[in-house]
Amino acid sequence: MTGPVIIFFVLAALAVLGAVSLILQRHPIHSALSLIVVMVALAGLYLLMGAEFVAAVQIIVYGGAIMVLFVFVIMLLNAGEEERTNFSKLATYAGIPLAVATAGLIAAAIVRSSGGLSTAGPNGALTSTKTLSMLLFLDFVYPFELTSFLILVAILGAIVLAQREN
Amino acid sequence: MSEFLTQYAFLIVPIVKIVILVLIVLTVDAYLTWLERKVIAHIQARWGPYRVGPHGLLQPLADGVKFILKEDPLPANVDKATYFIAPFITLMLALTSLAVIPFGPQHFTIFGYETHVGIADVNISLLVLFAITALGVYGVALAGWASNNKYSLLGGLRSSAQMISYELALTLSVVGVLLIACDFSLRSIIDHQENGNLGLLGWNLFGFSKDGIGFTQIIGFFCFFLAAIAETNRIPFDLPEAESELVAGYHTEYASMKFAMFFIAEYTSMITVSCLATILFFGGWLSPFPASWTFTHYLPSLLLIPFGVWLIFDGIRYETIFGRILLPGVGAVLTLLGVALALFPVVNEAIQGPFWFLGKVFAFLFFYIWMRGTLPRFRYDQLMSFGWKLLLPVAIANVVLTSAYILWRMH
Repeated sequence: MTGPVIIFFVLAALAVLGAVSLILQRHPIHSALSLIVVMVALAGLYLLMGAEFVAAVQIIVYGGAIMVLFVFVIMLLNAGEEERTNFSKLATYAGIPLAVATAGLIAAAIVRSSGGLSTAGPNGALTSTKTLSMLLFLDFVYPFELTSFLILVAILGAIVLAQREN
Repeated sequence: MSEFLTQYAFLIVPIVKIVILVLIVLTVDAYLTWLERKVIAHIQARWGPYRVGPHGLLQPLADGVKFILKEDPLPANVDKATYFIAPFITLMLALTSLAVIPFGPQHFTIFGYETHVGIADVNISLLVLFAITALGVYGVALAGWASNNKYSLLGGLRSSAQMISYELALTLSVVGVLLIACDFSLRSIIDHQENGNLGLLGWNLFGFSKDGIGFTQIIGFFCFFLAAIAETNRIPFDLPEAESELVAGYHTEYASMKFAMFFIAEYTSMITVSCLATILFFGGWLSPFPASWTFTHYLPSLLLIPFGVWLIFDGIRYETIFGRILLPGVGAVLTLLGVALALFPVVNEAIQGPFWFLGKVFAFLFFYIWMRGTLPRFRYDQLMSFGWKLLLPVAIANVVLTSAYILWRMH
């Protein structure tokens, strides 16, 4: 096992553990913290693939801004520990088989793919900041701007909803 | 043995550098508290620490011993895991952010491993710094939340709201610099400000450059520094700990070493911000004088020798015997150092970069302390409206202005 492979498995394990802990934790703050672990582990995986810019932005936007907002809201509402309710029947009878089937499908796809596990390395297209911005602002400028327009609409909607009470 | 060293130099050299840097930074942190108390005392016409060691110089050591020996009580009903993790997160992130700061221009080779002054030279170092700053808020917010104390919770809440508000202005304020340098690497941002005989006019603050594609970043610096003070929770933006309203805010319930960790983290982030301001707007290790003025290379000696001599003559008249030995001793060392710098051109050349870098960083640290001794605290609503209604629009305006100017010069 070489260095990058070991790091990959450590980060992947961290991400999966964080995701499991996110669901199992009973306190919202602990769940939010687990989600931060997942985000940071994912950033590490991006870095491993040579996508430095995406890795940094992953931490700045998701790990920083968005999760701070989550934590802030949870703290502001002073949300307490959640009561554990019984699982719904649907979740027991449909959810578990579906989860097993999905995991099986993914495993089968990995096994059947040529050469088993292949390595994900820097592939040039999305690695450097310059190529990434070229793609975003030249090749795909209309979809990109349309997305930002969509976000703007969502922000305006949020303001309208917040102002309605006054 | 040497084979082993050559093979693992890529591992050993960074670890050694990290250990050295952490030791230096912790010492500087300790003496920063001494400096802060001294400077504020003198602003308020007091003496400040004076009893422990000559001029209170051993005060940080006494403080350290006190921090270690103090009882560390655990408040009732705290969220234990989070309560213990919070100070570690804060300190870890504060120290990590120093890893990407370059302290000098030199490259050197140890056992065939090429390295430089500073720990890691990443090509996205500025983004790495912002990423670490973005995570830094969790330490404070979680400490406040986990302490099971209303004041602490308020401190944590304020901290997260403040960080969200000021991070935008902080990030936008450096876009101008990035537009000029076209690079995220701090090393190349400094290199880009090197403009030969333009001297300090070539710094991003003034924005003159040989190729003409430069635009003064005074507005950017204004936004950056104000937002950075808010990010480090220092006066006049120290709302999260505001002792007159919130006792001590997020660290009310922390004692002993855990409290010290918050303290060290705060001073370390002060150092990081000062380094960053120096690099982005004040040319990093570049001398403010034109490159042809080689006689300015003797400036370090010119400062060290008189200070050393003064310390010798002032020290021998000190009240205590210990002081009469220590102060002249330090003075003699400084004088000798100054003489050595003047006599050996190789050493003199090597010291230029770090000298200017550390000098500028020290000036910023002094400015921090100066502000603490001068300004009152913002009110909470003022803080919010200042961040959103003034700092953010000004930072955006700076981005628009800089890009418009660069576009105009390029055509």
